Amino acid sequence: MINAIGRDIPEELLVNGKRVYQGKNALDGTYVQRVAPQTRRAERPVESKICTNIREACERCGAHDGMTVSFHHAFRNGDYTASMVMKILVEEMGLKDITIAATSLGDAHDLIAEYIEQGKVIGIQTSGIRGRVGETVSSGKLKSPAILRSHGGRPRAIQAGEVHIDIAFLAAASSDECGNASGMGGKSNCGSLGYAIGDSQAADHVVIITDTLVNFPNIPSSIACEDVDAVCVVDAIGDPAKIASKELRFTQDPRELMMAEAVADVIAATPYFVDGFSFQTGAGGPSLAANHFIEAHMRERGIHMGFALGGITGAVCSLQQKGLIDKLVDVQSFDLTAIKDLGENPNHVEISASQYANPANKGAYVNKLDFVVLGALEVDTDFNVNVVTGSDGILRGAPGGHPDTAAASKCSIVVTPLTRGRMPTVCEHVVTVTTPGDCVDVLVTEYGIAVNPRRSDIAKCLDESGIKHVDIEELKNRAYELVGRPDDLEWEDQVVAMVEARDGSLLDIVRKIKPLVL
Amino acid sequence: MIPRPKPERFRLRRTMMFMNAQKPSLIKDAYIYGADTIMLDLEDAVAENQKDAARFSLYHALTTIDYGDTEVLVRINGLDTPHWKEDIRVAVAGGADGIRISKCESADDVKSVEKQILAAEREFGVEEGRTLIMAALESAKGVVNAYEICCASDRMFGIALAGGDFRKDMHVKVTDTGIDIMVARGLILLAARAAGVQCFDTNFADFKNMEGFEREVRQNRKMGFDGKSIINPRQIPLVNELFSPTKDDITYAEHLIRSYAEQFARGVGVYTVDGKMVDIAFIKEARNTLKYAKKCGKYSGDLDQVGGEF
Repeated sequence: MINAIGRDIPEELLVNGKRVYQGKNALDGTYVQRVAPQTRRAERPVESKICTNIREACERCGAHDGMTVSFHHAFRNGDYTASMVMKILVEEMGLKDITIAATSLGDAHDLIAEYIEQGKVIGIQTSGIRGRVGETVSSGKLKSPAILRSHGGRPRAIQAGEVHIDIAFLAAASSDECGNASGMGGKSNCGSLGYAIGDSQAADHVVIITDTLVNFPNIPSSIACEDVDAVCVVDAIGDPAKIASKELRFTQDPRELMMAEAVADVIAATPYFVDGFSFQTGAGGPSLAANHFIEAHMRERGIHMGFALGGITGAVCSLQQKGLIDKLVDVQSFDLTAIKDLGENPNHVEISASQYANPANKGAYVNKLDFVVLGALEVDTDFNVNVVTGSDGILRGAPGGHPDTAAASKCSIVVTPLTRGRMPTVCEHVVTVTTPGDCVDVLVTEYGIAVNPRRSDIAKCLDESGIKHVDIEELKNRAYELVGRPDDLEWEDQVVAMVEARDGSLLDIVRKIKPLVL
Repeated sequence: MIPRPKPERFRLRRTMMFMNAQKPSLIKDAYIYGADTIMLDLEDAVAENQKDAARFSLYHALTTIDYGDTEVLVRINGLDTPHWKEDIRVAVAGGADGIRISKCESADDVKSVEKQILAAEREFGVEEGRTLIMAALESAKGVVNAYEICCASDRMFGIALAGGDFRKDMHVKVTDTGIDIMVARGLILLAARAAGVQCFDTNFADFKNMEGFEREVRQNRKMGFDGKSIINPRQIPLVNELFSPTKDDITYAEHLIRSYAEQFARGVGVYTVDGKMVDIAFIKEARNTLKYAKKCGKYSGDLDQVGGEF
């Protein structure tokens, strides 16, 4: 069935009430029945929930064949927990048919790729899929198609019962013996535990994995002991060098700086750039540098920001320290500066992924977002964005909060170079749609700016401010002139992944790529 | 082959950005940074054993990339090398807008280059006289001969000081104040203005020192240069800005022209504006300011067209 953005979704996937994408906000105002987890009663006085090892915790929580386990990715590429736990489940306990529902999977999780190949892991549901896991899923070795959800779509699916977590294994920088757990106060701090909070409330069983046990009560905590079944102390939960860099540095690349400046100029030209505005930007080169140029515009107008949302960086903290931002609302702390600030600054506050971006609750923070600046692997002439498959069709990216912030903000700006090496970034059709074009308002490249025709109001603002913009076709043509039009990818029939829109409908699918034969 | 518009001998040349012609990643889209001119370099940036490779890269860039309104010049190797004639053939065959002569010291140097250009234009069917020339003065001798160099060819649009080699020739080092090459700057400016061609200052090599750079660019502008050589895209916006008329300049020029039009209609030749006496010379200057502002994209009115009768 062809969906609202022209992607053909195979009928066999449209079961159990699954629908195809029908456009932005198609389900707004409808009701959803939330499900609740099964909870083991704990009435007696309890000294401790400490287990001597992870296996004991797994057994206490009833680990079994065919279960679904969850992990969060606040420790990024430094994460030890997911691999450590999976090794015990598969190799020590001999469990099989496991589904992993993670907030993201990446370079720290090669072992999981191994278990997919062995057929021990049969399902993957995640908001990011990189490294060997992505390659293995793309090669068709996972028994069922992986499900890719945005950061807002994942808590929606959990609350709606579309994914039921049997055990959530949640790494925490510190915890007490009863499971009050935090991203701070340990040897490897990650700051916000925003992605873990929802899992702690929705899973039947919750195991906290930490390397820093502190006295009860470990408060303030992100995860509350009322939700926790077991606590495991391990030697190390992660490699600090890969969890976060000291401070993400502004790019010095003139091309990226030029794009960042253009982004800030676009923002300043819209009617939303007024005192108290809200803003989210990523950690990529031009996105991060946009902070610097926004500052100049804010000072010129004499305005300040009401709140900055999302992944919080040292760059944003520094703007706040200069008195230019009221509140930092943090679902993920991107660098050590931001992590430290979260621990010290009362106006820097942690929120859960559901609070951040879930479209099926009564109002997420993204709904209050004026501007978001986002990256892209590809953008097509319908403004559809791909952030998950590479030009080779292999899964190597993360929808993350991209679709949520793009959909819910008043002005979403995608910034990307026109070409990357020999590949055009602006193209006729993206390989995979992860953020639909009806959610993307402005595209900024080093070759020019294009405004989505749906946003003629923004185009008018740019005209009035003397900011040049062109038809996106022109940018695509320029890209093809430079590097040529790439041949279409060749796919096999097997669907290896489904891309869910944030509302749960099907946006696109990824098929197995035909192996390259030279 | 991308057709390029016929080069204008006198045009806006605030910023002239140098880049190694051998590096496709640099030259494929060098125009995006907003330099008025890009200078594809076959000389010092290219290693001696890579000159051929650089010419291939240059030719393909010139013939396949649409540089739009950005002027595209080629810096050829010095006349004391075995490379310069082949450099000219490639640049002309590719349709470059002009040639920059390295280490130019005399009118004869210019004439030698002009002769090779003409031969190449004939060889490759390029319109005769299309390819412009500018000269880089890199020695005391070149600076002293600046005027004859400026007058040596109808293709000549300007001269530039090349500070690196010139300082060596003069036994001086870079100073904060610019005193090291102050005399040379003054001399070549005089020569260029006397000959009616443009004049460009040398690059500022310490590109991380934006403060020192700004000081130098302001001084360049005050001295009367038309533009400056650029070695890093980060230097471009500042030079473009400082070499454009300010908002105040434009407002005052508009005011002058409007008032003169009124006075002229009443038969008045000399009068005062803001307490200062103005006459026809001021008005011509004001009109030039607006014309220049329009080229810089700073002015969109039509007062620069007013008053053919002045």
